[in-house]
Amino acid sequence: MALATTEAAAPVRAYDPNARMSAGLWLKTNLFSSVWQTLLTLVVAAVVIRVLWFVLDWGVVNAVFYTTDPDVCRAATGACWAVIVEKHRPMLFGLYPYDQHWRLVLVMVIYLSTVVLSLWPRCWNLRFLVPLWIFAVGSIGILMFGGVFGLRYVPTSEWGGLPLTMLLFTGTVLIGMPIAVLLALGRRAPLPVARGVSVVFIESLRGVPLITILFVAVNVFPLFLPAGVEVNKLLRITVGIAIFFACYQAEVIRGGLQAIPRGQYEAATSLSLTYWQTTTRIILPQALRISLPAITNHIIAAMKNTSFVIIIGLFDILTATTAVMQDPLWRKFYVEAYLFVAAVYLFFGYALSRYARQVEKWIAAGRI
Amino acid sequence: MTDATPGRAAKPPARRLKDLIYSEFFRTVIYQIALAGAVVLLGFYLYQNVVENLSRQNIATGFGFLKEVSQFEIGETLISYSSRDTYGRALLVGLMNTLSVSAAGIVVATVIGFSIGIMRVSSNWLLQRIALTYVEIVRNIPVILQVIFWAAVIRNLPAPRQALELWGLGFLSNRGLTFLLPVADPAHAWMLAALGIGIVAALIAARLARRHREATGRYIDMLWPSVGLILGLPLLTWLAFGAPHELSFPERQGFNFRGGATISPEFVALMAGIALYSSGFIAEIVRAGIQATPRGQVEAARSIALRPRFILRYVVLPQALRVIVPPLTSQYVSLIKNSSIAVVIGYPDLVNIGNTVMNQTGQAVEAIAVMMVVYLIVSLVTSIAMNFYNRLVAIKER
Repeated sequence: MALATTEAAAPVRAYDPNARMSAGLWLKTNLFSSVWQTLLTLVVAAVVIRVLWFVLDWGVVNAVFYTTDPDVCRAATGACWAVIVEKHRPMLFGLYPYDQHWRLVLVMVIYLSTVVLSLWPRCWNLRFLVPLWIFAVGSIGILMFGGVFGLRYVPTSEWGGLPLTMLLFTGTVLIGMPIAVLLALGRRAPLPVARGVSVVFIESLRGVPLITILFVAVNVFPLFLPAGVEVNKLLRITVGIAIFFACYQAEVIRGGLQAIPRGQYEAATSLSLTYWQTTTRIILPQALRISLPAITNHIIAAMKNTSFVIIIGLFDILTATTAVMQDPLWRKFYVEAYLFVAAVYLFFGYALSRYARQVEKWIAAGRI
Repeated sequence: MTDATPGRAAKPPARRLKDLIYSEFFRTVIYQIALAGAVVLLGFYLYQNVVENLSRQNIATGFGFLKEVSQFEIGETLISYSSRDTYGRALLVGLMNTLSVSAAGIVVATVIGFSIGIMRVSSNWLLQRIALTYVEIVRNIPVILQVIFWAAVIRNLPAPRQALELWGLGFLSNRGLTFLLPVADPAHAWMLAALGIGIVAALIAARLARRHREATGRYIDMLWPSVGLILGLPLLTWLAFGAPHELSFPERQGFNFRGGATISPEFVALMAGIALYSSGFIAEIVRAGIQATPRGQVEAARSIALRPRFILRYVVLPQALRVIVPPLTSQYVSLIKNSSIAVVIGYPDLVNIGNTVMNQTGQAVEAIAVMMVVYLIVSLVTSIAMNFYNRLVAIKER
């Protein structure tokens, strides 16, 4: 950096990409660079202000935030957020017995804190994470099912709402990721049969819509089992979504595997590491880091895809909201209700993508 | 395909038994035989169970049901169909509906996606931000939620009596989208044929012009002749038929409309939902494609005085399309697959009708197999067509 002092004296100002632009210059280059641009900016700004004004007018100024009387909402010209206040329990918890909703609140608290702790690098320690997850899965299971400690038994057919969405999503990722890794390894394996099986499996499932896989899970899978054996419907559906998710994720991981230079394999072989040692200690850690952005995209997609269960009648948050909106008294305020559900998905999607960006930064900084 | 892990060449079989067991060649073979055996055994076991379960529940097997009478009506059909037709024909009706809603969705998603994608790289900050907000919202709300939302919006629109008027061109009501249409005329078929001939003629003319340029170095501008051929031929046909210009305007009558053409509420809702959802992804694909051409190339093209049209045609587009086409293909395929959520709002697509067939006949395996195979074929055909196009625009190296 010794050169910097001599350059500072130069008459021509060196181009510095990090220099802050003055506000006036920024406005000129980004909004008012020519007559046309200025005109465009003004027209678009007018439209944006109109829209924002409408949103503010409808959503805040004239909105009804709390009432138990739908007629008050009908009389108002703005949004009726009261519908969410009034119906939040059936929307968030679905068919779960009304007097037992406190159990689901507890479940969500345990679930969210477990996930947040697991995502925090300081907690990445098996001696902490394994007991944490055993506790979380155990307590969530006890709270959801009941039947012990004087809790009423609630069958899975009555589960619903946001906890069900979270359960489907978590199950999809936890079951799907290992399958995805195996499929990706299979597709890159030196064994032609393993390659063939993986390719056919991945490509045929990626070619069909998720709905057909859900139909298989609900209608066909029971036929595969010998007489008398039954698998819970919720579990079948979760595994179905997970396998679908795994096929997409496998392709992403394969992309990461293909980016690993040949020398890495050769170095591992020359250290006489076995196939599994090479894979788990040399290849996969690098491949997963490389494909992390795409992996995140598919994880977020998996969260959105849990909403497909409306077709086979599981009461996730969307199904529950749609059912609640059949109520003739409140039906008119469907926009507010669906906006609320959309906001829930947007919030979790945004949180996931922000976290993934943070992980990419940690990777770039060499911290993980 | 050079998929195999490098550095694991098979050794020749060893002489001694111990060497044989520890040899990589032997193990490779054993692993594969074990895997293949496991797959075959699992398949056989599942097949046995299915056969046993079906015979126990007295459910017929095979595809004979496709020839049986369906006994249900379908609200929307592109080909003639009644409840006296077969299950096979009902499924065909569903397939046609799937294809029509997907085709409309692809057109709308492409138009919106390209517009938003271009806005994303606009030099105007405000436009950029609006496009970004749009993309983030439509991409991150589940497509099912969007479809259900649009269906609810249309269901809550005013009845035809108080329908929203669309600039005198049509109406939007809870009966769907009604719009004016030219009265059917034999001229229309001929105009369509003329359009096809015009496109082919323009392509041939462009090729001749290129050959002329390659042979003599002289450039013939084929832009306006092409436009003339493609638009002029149908126009001439129209005039030759005496310019039939009678339009059928929709009019409010009783509880519905008379005249014009109507698109059902389910079609509009499904199309809007899947098209808007995909348009967000397409916008990002287009943005990446446009940004694939370095600025310097456009500046270089300008400095050798290429006309703006040629800069677009010979510098920007070839590079952008190379980046855009492959992901665009998979986006189209996923839009077609997304159309299968039609069942939540009652649009009679393939899956919806397949579901009805499944419930009526109880033949879940066959009905689902039909759906899966059809989607596999549709996905496959789309990607083959797009790969063919991709080969046309792909980088050509010596």
